[in-house]
Amino acid sequence: MSEGGNPLLERLAAIEEEGVAALRDAADEEALETARVRYLGRSGAVADVLGRIGSLPADQRRPVGQKGNAVKRALEETHETRAAELRMRESARAAADRDLTRPGRTAWPGGSHPVTAVIDEICDIFRELGFTRVRGPEVETEWYNFTALNIPLDHPAADVHDTFYLEDGVVLRTHTSPVQARTMQTHQPPVRVVVPGVCYRRESIDASHAAVFDQIEGLAVDEGVDFVEFRSTIEHFVRRFFGAETRTRFRPDFFPFTEPSAQVEVSCTICGGSGCATCKGTGWIEIMGSGMVDPAVFEAVGYDPERYTGYAFGMGPGRMALLRHGIPDLRLLHEGDVRFLRQFAST
Amino acid sequence: MRVSLNWLRQLVPGLEGTAEELADRLAMTVTGVEEIVPVGRGLEDIRVARVLELREHPDADRLSLCLVDGGEDPVEVVCGAPVIHEGGLYPFIAPGSTLPGGLRIEERAIRGVTSHGMLCSERELALGSDASGILRLPDGLEPGTPLVQAFDLPDAALELEITPNRVDLACHVGVARELAAEAGLEVRVPPVEGADWEPTWRDGHEAASAGGVTVGIEDAARCGRYLGAVVRGVEVKPSPAWLQARLRAVGARPINNVVDATNYVLRELNQPLHAFDLARVRGGRIGVRAARAGERLRTLDGVERALEPAATVITDAEGPVAVAGVMGGEESEVTAGTTDVFLECAWFDPSHTRHTARSLELSTDASYRFERGVDRRGCEAALARCVRLILATAGGKAEADAVRVGELPGPRTVVPLRPERVQRLLGLVLDAGAIEGLLAPLGFERDETGGLAFRIPGWREGDIRREVDLIEEVARRHGYERFPTATRPTRPSTVPDDPSFARSDRVRRLLESRGLLEARSSSLVARSEADAERPVDLLHPISAEEGFLRGALVPVLLRRLEHNWARGTGDVRLYEIGTVFRRRAEDESGEVPVAEELRVGALLTGRRRPPHWSEEPAAVDVWDLKGLAEEVASGLCGATVEPLPLASGDEAPALGRFGAARWLGAERFELVGPAGRIGVAGGVRREAVDAPPWAEAVWALEFGLGAVELAAPTPYRPLSTFPAVPRDLALAVPASVRAAEVEAVIREAAPEWLEDVRLFDVYEGDGVEGGRRSLAFRFRFRARDRTLEDAEVESALKQIIRRIEERCDARVRSA
Repeated sequence: MSEGGNPLLERLAAIEEEGVAALRDAADEEALETARVRYLGRSGAVADVLGRIGSLPADQRRPVGQKGNAVKRALEETHETRAAELRMRESARAAADRDLTRPGRTAWPGGSHPVTAVIDEICDIFRELGFTRVRGPEVETEWYNFTALNIPLDHPAADVHDTFYLEDGVVLRTHTSPVQARTMQTHQPPVRVVVPGVCYRRESIDASHAAVFDQIEGLAVDEGVDFVEFRSTIEHFVRRFFGAETRTRFRPDFFPFTEPSAQVEVSCTICGGSGCATCKGTGWIEIMGSGMVDPAVFEAVGYDPERYTGYAFGMGPGRMALLRHGIPDLRLLHEGDVRFLRQFAST
Repeated sequence: MRVSLNWLRQLVPGLEGTAEELADRLAMTVTGVEEIVPVGRGLEDIRVARVLELREHPDADRLSLCLVDGGEDPVEVVCGAPVIHEGGLYPFIAPGSTLPGGLRIEERAIRGVTSHGMLCSERELALGSDASGILRLPDGLEPGTPLVQAFDLPDAALELEITPNRVDLACHVGVARELAAEAGLEVRVPPVEGADWEPTWRDGHEAASAGGVTVGIEDAARCGRYLGAVVRGVEVKPSPAWLQARLRAVGARPINNVVDATNYVLRELNQPLHAFDLARVRGGRIGVRAARAGERLRTLDGVERALEPAATVITDAEGPVAVAGVMGGEESEVTAGTTDVFLECAWFDPSHTRHTARSLELSTDASYRFERGVDRRGCEAALARCVRLILATAGGKAEADAVRVGELPGPRTVVPLRPERVQRLLGLVLDAGAIEGLLAPLGFERDETGGLAFRIPGWREGDIRREVDLIEEVARRHGYERFPTATRPTRPSTVPDDPSFARSDRVRRLLESRGLLEARSSSLVARSEADAERPVDLLHPISAEEGFLRGALVPVLLRRLEHNWARGTGDVRLYEIGTVFRRRAEDESGEVPVAEELRVGALLTGRRRPPHWSEEPAAVDVWDLKGLAEEVASGLCGATVEPLPLASGDEAPALGRFGAARWLGAERFELVGPAGRIGVAGGVRREAVDAPPWAEAVWALEFGLGAVELAAPTPYRPLSTFPAVPRDLALAVPASVRAAEVEAVIREAAPEWLEDVRLFDVYEGDGVEGGRRSLAFRFRFRARDRTLEDAEVESALKQIIRRIEERCDARVRSA
């Protein structure tokens, strides 16, 4: 039996060729539908052939049936492909009409305050080094704020603190350092803590001074903690916080609760050290007061100063936030202006 | 504190380096340098000139014509200064030259007379701030001498940061010592030329007399030493140019040769001195005692001051003549008419000087130094140097005897220093010799009697008392920058992380994801934002607006909201985490009389979402607030949000520690945790906030951070794989019946396979009987272990309906 000799099979082959071309080239949905009806419809070309199978001899019905179904599938696939293409073209046309340059629908952005972000980052860096976070009261006794920290009350060293008093002997803490004494009174070494917190000084308010400001304190005490470890730890912190290229330098300074005391300066984050308005032309910016814990502090909290040594440091996250973002005025930090806060919102 | 570079160079022969280099050296090993101030720059063209002849300007009353000898042919100069002396010396600038500010002087006619140059004021030369007249130069200079030569210019002044422990750096010798040590040089104080005076001391424990003056210390606690000398027959006049130049360079105004001599010694050796006009010291008696109530004194600055007993005064036979260690009296000050001078060189107690200065609200160069402690061993040398300076500049004759009252200083303090301690603290291995090599140049002499120890020089006695003080000097001299870097093994902290940090992290994540921005407000507030019942006030506030500590966060956020409204921002969503304060009750114990609590406050106003071109979002309403409160309560605190009814006539029900919530309006909720109220939420009353007419309603909440649970692991609940059966049920209930009651009854009556039920519609009006309200609930039934049959769902629903009908007087509208 020769397939070529079967007219229905030949007919099917022709339908396939014509039909695929008609469907594939349909210019629009209407043309596609017309082609579909012609070839795949209930009384379309394929159905017509399949309807005539009954008139064939029994042994020829099968190949014609199979071929018929194959042609039908091929046509259906072509139809589907073309329909999808036409739909896409239609949606694209509709989309072009809708002007997708128009802005999308959003939710209100939320986010942390830039000072909080600085505090978090500082805490994270020190937590990696085995420090934990602690807090202390903002209303303090003179003993914790001054005496325990080797600051005699009747001395010029206390003057720099410009203290707010609530009553005799009760002050608003002028620094986070009282938490050093509180922590050491309740815990034995090794002590490694960072202490973020709000502090108060009776200062007139301007672009770089506030009566209420943030500080973050650090304290590390154990056997064998020396100036070398202190310096290395601070340098590590500076590289992490300000960037690997930032240089650190230590200068003599005075704090009653540390000795030796040091002022830590970093190469200017704005000009990189060549001198600009931010660093007042020096190329360096002061970022923290620090030093080795004074033995008088250990004595005040009941640690043996012969056995334990340690270092402490304090810095101003508010000022660091100004530096980091180029904010010109400290007062902007506390106004709660949504236009300001939104600039630093992460979402 | 300013030091002159030329002065330092004179004290340390061989000192090299520019101002910047020396400033850097000081900063890295001694103390910070705040500023380098150029002194006398651009004065190369200014010359000393004598006014030979003075005439009136023919056409102008206020101008005069000066014939000026500037070292060349005399020229005529028009001058507008009120006082010019014939024969006087003045700075002169010739035509074609430039002033420090860049102004070029040309020959020009002033009211018809040509001026061939200009005589200059202090300010025009940038040597000071005085612009009122021409700078009178001291006699004895040769006309034509360049001003820079006469005044040792140009110079530079370094503005030093003086820490409370290093008052010894408040003078040139002190700074010179450090620079010399650093450079391996020595400090040499040049002798006063043409004057040599060494007194015979007349000592007394409480009193002594010499040269016609008797000095008595009544209160030794206030004054440890009092030395005095008499110089007779002085000629009070302007100081010589070199002395004026030194004082000007450090920002001090030359006054006359006697006063300038005391100021010079102050800035050279750090010892404050005071010169009295001896003729005005009544009875030739000087005393030191506490001021008496009612005593008054007009001080040198012309201010009449009432003295308090806290103050120490210097008296003559009749009463106070000076405030000890702070400021002299006007009556006995040295003036042009003074011939005999009594010179005081004392050691006043730091604490008493501090109280004296404070009681008068005065701070002077002298009090600054006495408060921080001057060298009590340096009095003799300072007095002698000052007398010699007066003799050299003002002439006269010093009495050979001088008084010296008080206790003579004992042997110097010896402080031991263990090299092993240096190693333990600094991590540096230094032997005794190396340590001595670092300390000796600063005046620390090795004591040979025992182990390694050092005798402390007088100018560091206040600061260096302990081993660790010396170790700091070792570290400083070694150079902080020369320490090695090395990481050390460390042991973890014994201190646990304070849980409040984890709590605030949870709160921040939730609130920020809901579009709230964090504020950090000042905790110093006005009375209205303090605790309502137990406000905490400051003793001496900066202002009434910052006279209290905040008692709650929402009122503070409302002020921030007003700030935003004032800038035209109406969409404001803020939160803050911070401390609030209230005074403790009498019976409440605590280290301090103030209780602190960490709180979270939040407020919402404006549109629910950012505006979009497709729609104008509605304003935030009570359901937005309640939803947020519910997320806080159930998500963070294991708490619920309950309406907080306002009993009739009860404007402000007691809210316990949220008593400051006076902002809370009628639509109000409380956050209730297992242990009671943890917070409040609600609408903000109109009166609580100053709103512009266009502002939307404001919603706020506040709760205690302590109520936030630290996340415990959540147990897994299996997910059912069987299909869910949804059902809706609309009920008409009396208006007095609350949705929460109905829901509670539903849950009670439902089988355990009720997966979820929620209110999805509320309706009043047509189709619902008067006095009733339609509440529509959507149910989702699903069993964990099987596909539910229709019949069992229907039967469960019937059961639920029956119960609601009984308990809530509900009628089914549709099911």
